[in-house]
Amino acid sequence: MKRHALATLAVVAGALCAARPASAQGVEARSRPSVATAADSALEAQTTAVASTLRCPVCQGESLQDSPSDLARQMRAVVRDKLRAGETPDEVRAYFVSKYGEWILLEPTMTGLNILLYFIPVLLVIGGLVLVAFLVRRWTAPESTTP
Amino acid sequence: MIDLLAHNALLVSLAAVAFGAILTPVTIRTGRREWLQLVYGAVYANFLLVSIAAVSMVVALVTHDFSVSYVAQVGSRSTPLLFTVISLWGALEGSILFWAWVLGLYSAAVVALHRRRLGNLVPYAVMTLLAVAAFFAILLVGPADPFLPVFPVPADGPGPNTLLQNHYLMAVHPPLLYLGYVGMSVPFAFALGAIFSNEAASNDWSILSRRWMLTSWGFLSAAIIAGMWWSYEVLGWGGYWAWDPVENASFLPWLTATAYLHSVMVQERRNMLRLWTLNLCVATFVLTILGTFLTRSGILSSVHAFTTGAIGYYFLAFIAIVLVTTLMLVAGNSERIQTKGKLGGAASRETVFLLNNLFLTAVMLTVLVGTLYPLVAEAVRGVKVSVGVPFFNRMALPAMVSLLFLMGVGPALPWGSTTWADARKRLYPPGIAAMILGAIAVIAGARSVYAILAFAFVGYAAMSNVREFWIGMRARHRAHGESWPTALVRLVAGNRRRYGGYVAHIGVLLIALGITASSTFRSEREATLTPGQTLTVAGHTVRLKNLWGREEPQRSVIGATMDVVGKNGAIIGTMEPRMNYYRVSDQPVPTPAVRSSITGDLYVNLMAFESSGANATVKVIVEPFVPWIWFGGLVIVIGAIIGLGYGGRSATAPAPATNPAPSIASADS
Amino acid sequence: MNWKRAAIAVLAAAPLIALFAYGFSRDPAEIPSPLPGHAAPEFTLAVFAPGEGPLMRPLGDTVRLGALVGKVVVVNFWASWCGPCRAEHAGLSETARQYVGKPVRFIGVLYNDGAAAASDWITQMGGQSYPAVMDLGSVTAIDYGVYGVPETYIVDASGRIAYKYVGPIPPSVLRQWIDSLLPNATATGMMPLAVVR
Repeated sequence: MKRHALATLAVVAGALCAARPASAQGVEARSRPSVATAADSALEAQTTAVASTLRCPVCQGESLQDSPSDLARQMRAVVRDKLRAGETPDEVRAYFVSKYGEWILLEPTMTGLNILLYFIPVLLVIGGLVLVAFLVRRWTAPESTTP
Repeated sequence: MIDLLAHNALLVSLAAVAFGAILTPVTIRTGRREWLQLVYGAVYANFLLVSIAAVSMVVALVTHDFSVSYVAQVGSRSTPLLFTVISLWGALEGSILFWAWVLGLYSAAVVALHRRRLGNLVPYAVMTLLAVAAFFAILLVGPADPFLPVFPVPADGPGPNTLLQNHYLMAVHPPLLYLGYVGMSVPFAFALGAIFSNEAASNDWSILSRRWMLTSWGFLSAAIIAGMWWSYEVLGWGGYWAWDPVENASFLPWLTATAYLHSVMVQERRNMLRLWTLNLCVATFVLTILGTFLTRSGILSSVHAFTTGAIGYYFLAFIAIVLVTTLMLVAGNSERIQTKGKLGGAASRETVFLLNNLFLTAVMLTVLVGTLYPLVAEAVRGVKVSVGVPFFNRMALPAMVSLLFLMGVGPALPWGSTTWADARKRLYPPGIAAMILGAIAVIAGARSVYAILAFAFVGYAAMSNVREFWIGMRARHRAHGESWPTALVRLVAGNRRRYGGYVAHIGVLLIALGITASSTFRSEREATLTPGQTLTVAGHTVRLKNLWGREEPQRSVIGATMDVVGKNGAIIGTMEPRMNYYRVSDQPVPTPAVRSSITGDLYVNLMAFESSGANATVKVIVEPFVPWIWFGGLVIVIGAIIGLGYGGRSATAPAPATNPAPSIASADS
Repeated sequence: MNWKRAAIAVLAAAPLIALFAYGFSRDPAEIPSPLPGHAAPEFTLAVFAPGEGPLMRPLGDTVRLGALVGKVVVVNFWASWCGPCRAEHAGLSETARQYVGKPVRFIGVLYNDGAAAASDWITQMGGQSYPAVMDLGSVTAIDYGVYGVPETYIVDASGRIAYKYVGPIPPSVLRQWIDSLLPNATATGMMPLAVVR
């Protein structure tokens, strides 16, 4: 997005930009972001929901929804267009997986090895609750059981 | 010149800490305790030497001495003085130097405060600290040497990482984080010292170490909040927590430290959970090292990953040594440390503490597993996967919401035991508060089950904790006729540990409220505006006035001036979201404008703009209650400071008459 | 000291340490593309920089990938604001010239950039032998799973993506890959694979 700054520095701020090497052209052809309209708030909500589960490729761990980068914005537009065309959220996600790999999903699918990821915490909590119940029972038992 | 001085200081400090660490067991085995003065001398010498190195680095940075490798890497003549000074921790080598300095500071403080104590606990704890210091000293004279000579000397440098020089919070967050992280070496050192000196079966080591843990915990809490604030102010998406590996790395030891602060109370009162508490102590330290390793070695991709290289292998070796040594020591001595537990009854604060420890540990393990899973998936399946926000929210939120609930139950229940009827009576007022807050949340439009539960439990726990103050104050007011403020002060002063804890609870609740409200009731819109056009989000209207550019020595700034328009059309304020283009980076650093009030923030970020100044694309986010998070952080720190005070023995005072606690005298040998 | 317990505990730590050691052999920034081996996504994009000589396509003409079946197509994503793109530009342009007369086509797809800035850049860089097209809204880039620029995809005669290269592509690699896909190539036996910088 450097180019926009260069351009603006040159045009808006006058001769401020002397230190910068490049010149200030070509911004006019840039596509404007596809801006959310309130007209279809259901579509917008669905876009937000899907975009929140996809990872922005040029950021660090941010979702498409959160990232201010150009690519994330364009990918959100693709999400919106596909949803508008009648694709289901899962189909949209599958499209991005086919292009970028599983990496793009911020939440791993509940299949194969990934199941462990979801079950280990649940098992830990259940096991922990059983253990606590057991310990409390034993520790509150009448004196005779403790040596 | 200065680099030579500093480099030699670091070499001597390595020799000093190695000497001290080796001399300690010799001293104890041979019974020549007078030699301990040498060990303690080594600790002070190390602190002095590392201080010389750190000050040298600051001097080199400030004087732009580009013949020093670290200065050539992060310095720049155009960087403002504040950011030049704080670039001390802006990159890998400097941050390790700073780490070593903080560790030196803590070690010297431990020696100064505890050296007169009899027995071998303190010497062995000091030995452990020296061993850890030796690792960082090795890094500093080896792979992370910040004082390497550069030739030819460059005329100027690139300046610090742009993200780090964009906000003054970078002067606050890293030092707090290091004070928290490194401070957790001290309780760890006491834990290992207790094992080495055969004192692990006594309460002494935890009485010594718990204040160090509370201190570090306070710093770490503040650091986490400051880090959230920084990312809120700099990253431009209106969020403060993204479950990034580095955020997780700071959160993991916080969770175990919090669990420790609770379980240590049970240990002291009931003479139980001894092994568990020791494990938490050790785990906290291991997690600080693990977190540093994961995020600094480049093994996981993160905002903060500095570099890959030889230093990663040193960290790997260190982590292997730490893990193997501590696991061996703790497991090998576990039979001697373990004690039989005894509870007064199931309906007691102890039970709640057990559950609290369970859920804190569960959150910790969930976050740890989620953070490491991409590595596991790649190793096993050969596929890169991401584990991000949706996963952590889904998996960690239930346990975190449960913890909010427990925060209300714990303070309401007495130590020892009570009847279920009494417990019900005690939990009645919080229950009412829960229903009220839950109902308000539903009326306000919350629909997610977790959000409603979180609001309800915040109300529940807030009532419960505030009621503790109320009950205590009322008792003093009635019994001694004290005025309410006097009653409050004397109440807290009489049992600082207990009431400090409640204050910290209230801080956590403020944060929970801020997080729940801001994520539930957040509204945002993005639009392209021409000057004069307005955008309204959730009742807040902003109008684009104009776009401007400004040249500063280290950066170019593009800003949009936005008027905040009140209900009647009058201008009630101005906001200037900016994009900062640093000379050294292609990526602009967004600098959103935030307008805070007690009910929430208006957050405006400049997303894009037309070169002619004809229009600007802005994102406007309305986030209720965000400032409560920062305020809650402050309250936690106040709680920690209160809890650190020497509140006498009353921390263990009102023992229940129904069920006397088992004698702990035998353990205090 | 109970050595048996100690040993068990240490064994429990071993997988964790092994996992970290394994982590060092991987680069977290390196994400393999799922595309090689699959049909290349279709695109129809407008030419904004015509190219030179025999490779020229008139301004305003459109390039449709589907119309190039039977030819090896090199699709290069680039931008004028991208530093590394400067490094590969001369090599790409020259390689395209070397394959004039062979069933090989080069297409430069502009990524998040303006036509005027990009045309200026081409002039600055001393021209470009093959045509460049405009990808509004990065729809094609997203279809190709582009992370950043430069990235280069090589489509074989059957319309399947054979290779992907991330970063400035060295001419030697480019030639080797193109040759391996041309019908009269000496069988290299090389399996198509994604090569990441």
